[in-house]
Amino acid sequence: MTGWFLQRLLQAVFVMLAMTLIVFIGISVIGDPVEVLISPDADQTERLRAIAAFGLDRPLWAQYLSFLNGALHGDLGRSFVYNEPALKVILQRMPATLELAFCAMILSTLIGIPLGLYAGLKPNAPMSRVIMTGSILGFSLPGFWVGLLLIMVFAVQLGWLPSGGRGETRELFGIGWSFLTLDGLQHLVLPALNLALFKISLVMRLVRAETREVIPQDFIRTARAKGLPERSVIFRHLLKNIMIPVVTIIGLEFGSVIAFSVVTETIFAWPGMGKLIIDSIHVLDRPMIVAYLMIIVLMFVVINLLVDCLYTALDPRVRLGK
Amino acid sequence: MTAPASTTEIASPPRATPLRRFMRAFASSKLAMGGLVVFSAIVLAAVFAPWISPQNPYDLMQLDILDGRLPPGSVSGTGMTYWLGTDDQGRDMLSAILYGLRISLAVGICSALLAAAVGTTLGLFAAYAGGRIETGLMRLVDLQLSFPTILIALMILAFLGKGIANVVLALVIVEWATYARTARASALIESRKEYIEAARAMGARPMRILFRHLLPNCLPPLMVIATVQIARAIALEATLSFLGLGVPVTEPSLGMLIANGYQYMLSGKFWISFYPGLALLATVVAINLIGDHLRDVLNPRRQDG
Repeated sequence: MTGWFLQRLLQAVFVMLAMTLIVFIGISVIGDPVEVLISPDADQTERLRAIAAFGLDRPLWAQYLSFLNGALHGDLGRSFVYNEPALKVILQRMPATLELAFCAMILSTLIGIPLGLYAGLKPNAPMSRVIMTGSILGFSLPGFWVGLLLIMVFAVQLGWLPSGGRGETRELFGIGWSFLTLDGLQHLVLPALNLALFKISLVMRLVRAETREVIPQDFIRTARAKGLPERSVIFRHLLKNIMIPVVTIIGLEFGSVIAFSVVTETIFAWPGMGKLIIDSIHVLDRPMIVAYLMIIVLMFVVINLLVDCLYTALDPRVRLGK
Repeated sequence: MTAPASTTEIASPPRATPLRRFMRAFASSKLAMGGLVVFSAIVLAAVFAPWISPQNPYDLMQLDILDGRLPPGSVSGTGMTYWLGTDDQGRDMLSAILYGLRISLAVGICSALLAAAVGTTLGLFAAYAGGRIETGLMRLVDLQLSFPTILIALMILAFLGKGIANVVLALVIVEWATYARTARASALIESRKEYIEAARAMGARPMRILFRHLLPNCLPPLMVIATVQIARAIALEATLSFLGLGVPVTEPSLGMLIANGYQYMLSGKFWISFYPGLALLATVVAINLIGDHLRDVLNPRRQDG
């Protein structure tokens, strides 16, 4: 078990290193940092001085090493726009994104699991057909367009919910959260729903498929034969068995929810790190782009590692190293 | 398509060539046929856009800024009806959508096919080469597939900047891994079969075995993926263009049109964003319906006779 964990950890570190290399190559070799860092009306001597100041005249490997050294010390450069350490700016925006992503995941499980369970238990009911067709639509609908429709219907036409922003926030652990105020919750509903839509379809289809697979098995038949009420068959025997793949997928999808929040945050003007990166790309705020990519890669590596561990803990059959 | 027609066909089978058998199996789903009809219509409309659209949306001479943001069904000063309304520059939305479809489809199809070529070649090569090369390539595939597509595309476009060629490149880099994984998996299964052994025994060169013998037999699952990936590529391109990272303003795809209308949505002028989105949705759903059914038809486990 420890050996297995160490191996995973080593893999994660390796992935992290590979990603720093890719990001570094992307920024320094494909894009021209001189172009981005130095004002175009600078004269030749000024350019050379700036190149030396940023260390861009050194060989690439030396540049990479100092980049890596900075990254290890939490120094990913200063944002040109905010004139603050890029990492700090991103960490300030992170709670908003995490809040949105968590709400979306909660929504997708709360809606997805019951619907999927129903469709799996009664595969031929007309309602199940509706659910399954709906899930195809959920996969096909372009997420950003649905966001616009949500704004159009609920914010513009009906005027029930606000169209963007975070609303009023309340402090908890020194960070402002929207879900603690009524106004904030109202602001949270539409973006969270938008972000959750795809995941609802995913969870639903997964739960349905798992249910259909588990229902014909012997232990369910035994449970029914010994006269257990259907409720307890479903909640004690069925759900417990389908939760492993569902938890895995939900965990793995958390990263993709954070990645897709780039789109949702842009639509709903949600001040998270997704909107930040899009704005930064538009103004070519290079340290910001690097910092965002490093943070998100770190997040993914950690999530993958956690899910792996959770999976092993939940299901004794997959203890890989025996 | 209809039940009586297919029974007569079965009663007197002309010659059940694989293609005919495939077509009959495909026609068995009305939903998939519907998808095919819609998709064909969309492709035709896109190809013939310069001839069928009411105006050339990018010929500034034909635009009248006074006609800006007219609701659907309005009539212009010259007597032309804007069936889907106009955008902020007085551009007929129907024409803009038809022209936008050209770009969206071209980007989606090109990138899916390019990715298919790259991914399949690498996948087959990995299966054939084995050893370190195979392990290395497949590790790369695993690594890439563990990141969401939008993030990878975002990263590439952040490095390269926007532009049609860059979007296609980003989509190819995003998509090749899926093809590589599938191609390798089916190549591994196929290469254990007798006909490959026979070809090898007859002294066929590796390249010939790979592309003449293995590739055709690995095609069915790859075709399914290619179909679905076209839809995904179109949707991803639209998303990237919506974020302002995709195609340039001079070549607006559907996503760009939707982005243009976004700012007018809040004042209730929904049509500028709504109809391009509807066109995008129709395209993606049609392709997905086709892909879904192709998967059933081409799945060897479900082929019974």
